[in-house]
Amino acid sequence: MSKRIEIKDLDIYYGKFHAVSGVNMTIQPRSVTAFIGSSGCGKSTVLRSINRMHEVIDGAYSTGQVLLDGVDLYGPGVDPVRVRRQVGMVFQRPNPFPTMSIRENVLAGVRLNNSKVTRPQAEEIVEKSLQAANLWKEVKDRLDRPGSGLSGGQQQRLCIARAIAIAPDVVLMDEPCSALDPISTLAIEDLIHQLKEEYTVVIVTHNMQQAARVSDQTAFFNLKEQGKPGELIEVASTEKIFHNPDQKATEDYITGRFG
Amino acid sequence: MTADTVTDPPGAPGALRRTSRQIGDVVFKGFSTGSGITILVLLAAVATFLVGMSIPALTADAADLPFGDFWAYVAPYAFGTVWAAALAMLFAVPLSVGIALFLTHYAPKRVRQIFGYIIDLLAAVPSVVFGLWGINVLAPLMRPLFVWLNQYLGWIPFFAGPVSGTGRTILTAAVVLAVMVLPIITAMCREVFTQTPRLHEEAALALGATRWEMIRQAVLPFGMPGIVSGCMLGLGRALGETMAVAMVLSPAAVINVHLLTSSNPNTIAANIALAFPEAYQLGVNQLIATGLVLFVITLAVNMTARWVVARRKEFSGAN
Ligand SMILES: Nc1ncnc2c1ncn2[C@@H]1O[C@H](COP(=O)(O)OP(=O)(O)OP(=O)(O)O)[C@@H](O)[C@H]1O
Ligand SMILES: [Mg+2]
Repeated sequence: MSKRIEIKDLDIYYGKFHAVSGVNMTIQPRSVTAFIGSSGCGKSTVLRSINRMHEVIDGAYSTGQVLLDGVDLYGPGVDPVRVRRQVGMVFQRPNPFPTMSIRENVLAGVRLNNSKVTRPQAEEIVEKSLQAANLWKEVKDRLDRPGSGLSGGQQQRLCIARAIAIAPDVVLMDEPCSALDPISTLAIEDLIHQLKEEYTVVIVTHNMQQAARVSDQTAFFNLKEQGKPGELIEVASTEKIFHNPDQKATEDYITGRFG
Repeated sequence: MTADTVTDPPGAPGALRRTSRQIGDVVFKGFSTGSGITILVLLAAVATFLVGMSIPALTADAADLPFGDFWAYVAPYAFGTVWAAALAMLFAVPLSVGIALFLTHYAPKRVRQIFGYIIDLLAAVPSVVFGLWGINVLAPLMRPLFVWLNQYLGWIPFFAGPVSGTGRTILTAAVVLAVMVLPIITAMCREVFTQTPRLHEEAALALGATRWEMIRQAVLPFGMPGIVSGCMLGLGRALGETMAVAMVLSPAAVINVHLLTSSNPNTIAANIALAFPEAYQLGVNQLIATGLVLFVITLAVNMTARWVVARRKEFSGAN
């Protein structure tokens, strides 16, 4: 199931530090949205606010709304733990649980949600998720080996399998390829294309070509000036952002990067 | 530099030559190798002493031994040692892990620091003081609890009567031991828990883990080798602790699992301390031989634990 994300007047703070200000945007279901912008402008922060992961940092909080199919994730009585079960996340560095086998890694989230999965059900989830992460063929004979024994690219796909095993509505990815080689990167990009059939995907990337290749919509973040909070400068179809942006800053950033 | 030019070996151009920086390496290597050898020599010296002094007692006729047949003599103490240490660990390990988790994952920063100092302070208390505390404070405090346990749970062998009149039973001794090993295990656990990679904690949280689930999924598995090491250090202390047990326990040479009675199995270390002043000739050898048994027990426990950890090495996250 894939859901629409609406971000309204979102401001995010780390203690006294105002990291991001006034973000408004809509993300369509079954689409890929890329966040681009220079380092420190708050891409990760905004991304993490979509599953309330920024709150795990002491003193971090936000104001405004993030709506998932109309339901405010920051509404009263909303449990961040529940939010994260609907909005999965893949991190910059692959982080499979080192003490778990490949199989148990895939099932890690499933076991949290439902401790009573039967063996056949578990096997089915493992195969389906690894298939969906394009990893099944490579690991099907060594599901009981430690996940940390895989290559970096395989580990990252394992993390994607783990994230989608709990059937989230949204998959967030924070620079998922930045620690990977070009071949593994292509594998992940292919995967992102497939994922959007079923999920709403949001990806942070520093790689312009990657944003252009994988995304339908691109959001450009920037700092108005040094020491000010980061802002969303422009969000539009990837086509438009890369060829005909409305904002001068966007154009400078894109062309600057391309040389 | 001129000296260097002189010693320039043929075929080694200037930039590739050995320099004085590497002297540090050589010194350090010598020093660390030396330290390693020292440990081995010390261990060998102690082992030789233990074995050498034990042989007369081990080979002597039971009739000649002041304390009677050696194995019959040592059995209750060996049992008492393991039993008291096991009880102590039963109390100390869950509590230590709990405290360490609280300090690293639940407590606010200030509480964390203050608590940390208190735990360290506890580690600095000499064991005689723990012994005195055990006799004067803990034993009287425990007695009503013992009576209660015996009254309602007396049908379980552990809590069988008659209840000791002083409260100086193996259970009290085990509690004292638990308090003594608590700081060691807590400090070790706290150390490894703070080292849990942020990456793994976030992985669990992002899957929708509650804090406790995150601890179970990321913190405890990652910290397991450290927890085991901490427990081994604690267990080593509990097995070898002499003073506190000798003071607290009213001992007997028995093997039983009664926790509340006045007939308690003594430990090897405490028994050596109590019996040594009056021992002479073969008696000394016999006591030292019990020390050898304690050494073997401790070694066996440690090696078992290492083996358990090593078996899971592949999954330890060390790579
Ligand atoms: N844990 C934190 N505590 C305090 N400030 C933080 C924290 N994480 C990020 N920040 C600050 O918030 C701002 C936005 O950071 P963020 O990580 O979102 O940037 P980013 O756009 O993802 O950068 P990058 O491209 O380098 O990943 C930065 O100024 C950063 O210093
Ligand atoms: Mg970032």
